[in-house]
Amino acid sequence: MGAEVVVEGLTKSFGRQTIWRDVTLTLPPGEVSVMLGPSGTGKSVFLKSMIGLLKPDRGKCVINGVDIVSCSEHKLYEVRKLFGVLFQDGALFGSMNLYDNVAFPLREHTKKSETEIKRIVLEKMEMVGLTGAEKKLPGEISGGMRKRAGLARALVLDPEIILCDEPDSGLDPVRTAYLSQLLIDLNAQIDATILIVTHNINLARTVPDNLGMLFRRELVMFGPREVLLTSDEPVVEQFLNGRRMGPIGMSEEKDVATMAAEQAMADAGHHDGSTEDVRGVVPQLQPTPGLPERMGVRRRKDRVMSILHTLPPAAQEGIIESLTPEEQRRYGVRPHTMATVPAGRRPSPAPRGNLNSERIQGDLNVADIPPTQWQPPQHGPGGGA
Amino acid sequence: MFALGLDVVRGFFQRPFQFREFIQQSWFIASVSILPTALVAIPFGAVIALQLGSLVTQLGAQSFMGAASVLAIIQQAAPLVTALLVAGAGGSAMCADIGARTIREEIDAMEVLGVSAVQRLVVPRVLASMLVAVLLNGLVSVVGVLGGYFFNVVLQGGTPGAYLAGFSALAQLPDLWISEIKALIFGFIAGVVACYRGLHPAPGPKGVGDAVNQSVVITFLLLFFVNFVLTTVYLTVVPAKGS
Repeated sequence: MGAEVVVEGLTKSFGRQTIWRDVTLTLPPGEVSVMLGPSGTGKSVFLKSMIGLLKPDRGKCVINGVDIVSCSEHKLYEVRKLFGVLFQDGALFGSMNLYDNVAFPLREHTKKSETEIKRIVLEKMEMVGLTGAEKKLPGEISGGMRKRAGLARALVLDPEIILCDEPDSGLDPVRTAYLSQLLIDLNAQIDATILIVTHNINLARTVPDNLGMLFRRELVMFGPREVLLTSDEPVVEQFLNGRRMGPIGMSEEKDVATMAAEQAMADAGHHDGSTEDVRGVVPQLQPTPGLPERMGVRRRKDRVMSILHTLPPAAQEGIIESLTPEEQRRYGVRPHTMATVPAGRRPSPAPRGNLNSERIQGDLNVADIPPTQWQPPQHGPGGGA
Repeated sequence: MFALGLDVVRGFFQRPFQFREFIQQSWFIASVSILPTALVAIPFGAVIALQLGSLVTQLGAQSFMGAASVLAIIQQAAPLVTALLVAGAGGSAMCADIGARTIREEIDAMEVLGVSAVQRLVVPRVLASMLVAVLLNGLVSVVGVLGGYFFNVVLQGGTPGAYLAGFSALAQLPDLWISEIKALIFGFIAGVVACYRGLHPAPGPKGVGDAVNQSVVITFLLLFFVNFVLTTVYLTVVPAKGS
């Protein structure tokens, strides 16, 4: 099982400029999480702080009982072996060809023989679709290939935690879809904890178990995907729909006058930039048939159901609707509005702001919840879960 | 920078040692600096011979010509010339290499893979520059003395026998030692400064260019200062011959 990452009150500033403050969240073991946020909100800085490349001003980041922020350098190197990190442009070693790049962690950290290394490297290269490019230098290949090679290198040590910094930037939609599938398949195979930082709405809606969003120097929300996907929070809503209308402006924040002017333009019929209303819970990406079931999904279901009553009504509705009838019976809940919908039918992505908690039936506090090791995270000012 | 220096010294004794990288870097630094060093060393010996030559002839001390030029070359000129070229040719290339890796996040990637960049990249480079400095120092001494000999004997009409006999008049074995120790320390400084500036460039390609520039300038300044200190200490500790 992947390692759990507990981040508490993390604050980072460069000089007098605060990047974000008091970020508190927990990446549950073996689950896939996505961190969203407009450009320049410090998502990459957050990733780098989590692996100890940048030193946060305050706070803790605990992995397997080791606090990355305050531990000794020797311990830090040990903990980092648990990580596989995909950097924005792959960060391959320019002086080595792709084969040596991917083999590098194996040669540094293991005593495997060259034949064994070759087998592992070729397997990972095939996984990311780079068979035949082993002898190429990073300078000779396209950005997308570099990115995939970077992923292969991040995977060779079978990490417990995988961090991806914008895996989709510079990739075409088809390759992004393949990459999303690859990450989900990986999670099913090695049960690693995965954190993806991205702008890609499609990826954010279909891939993760948990979603978070950074904006205005803090964590706006972090929680089960249903919470953000059904959220009425203006920032989250605007971002997920890719509209100009809302609090996010071209330069991070917008003032009231600009907002009013845009509202007036929109009222007059000017297009606001979004194509459709994409709120609502959509089906999650599943592992390729034939692969084992994702253990994280099961653990997450138990965890989410145990905190269900703390979630907003719209999210509750979305979660309950996504359960199969047997599961609904198991947890002792049933959807009110869609009780007659046959199993497998998913809710349409329509606005559901008019829902309220009375529509959820069943006594949620005494639901038949299987025992779980999971502890609810502490509520930070920005945390949604 | 001093912290990096300490880390590097600690890294000398830590395993695993990157032997391959060390050999590659040594070869690289040697290959870029041997020819310029030799070319600089010949005129250096010649200049000393020329300047001293006219002076000692007026004093009537031609027989000390060899002694003086050997002392000057071995004690001062050789380590400095070596270090300047190791820093200027090898160090700048090293700094640019590491700087480019830093801004392309390769160093970050390496750290994240659990490999210490100091251990993996910096230690072999610093050791290589130390080794090359010591070896080149020997070369510069020989070439410099030969250059001096050539100018003195062939162009200034000095006597070969007197020049050679003068070698041991003032120079002594500790002079050779201090020369090599200086070269060793200068090589260390050149390597550490180059790597430090390479690991901490200002962002962007221009930052790397500036870092290379600064690394060379800082190394030169440090070299002359350390040379002054070392020479003072040496002259106090080891009495000059004949006194």
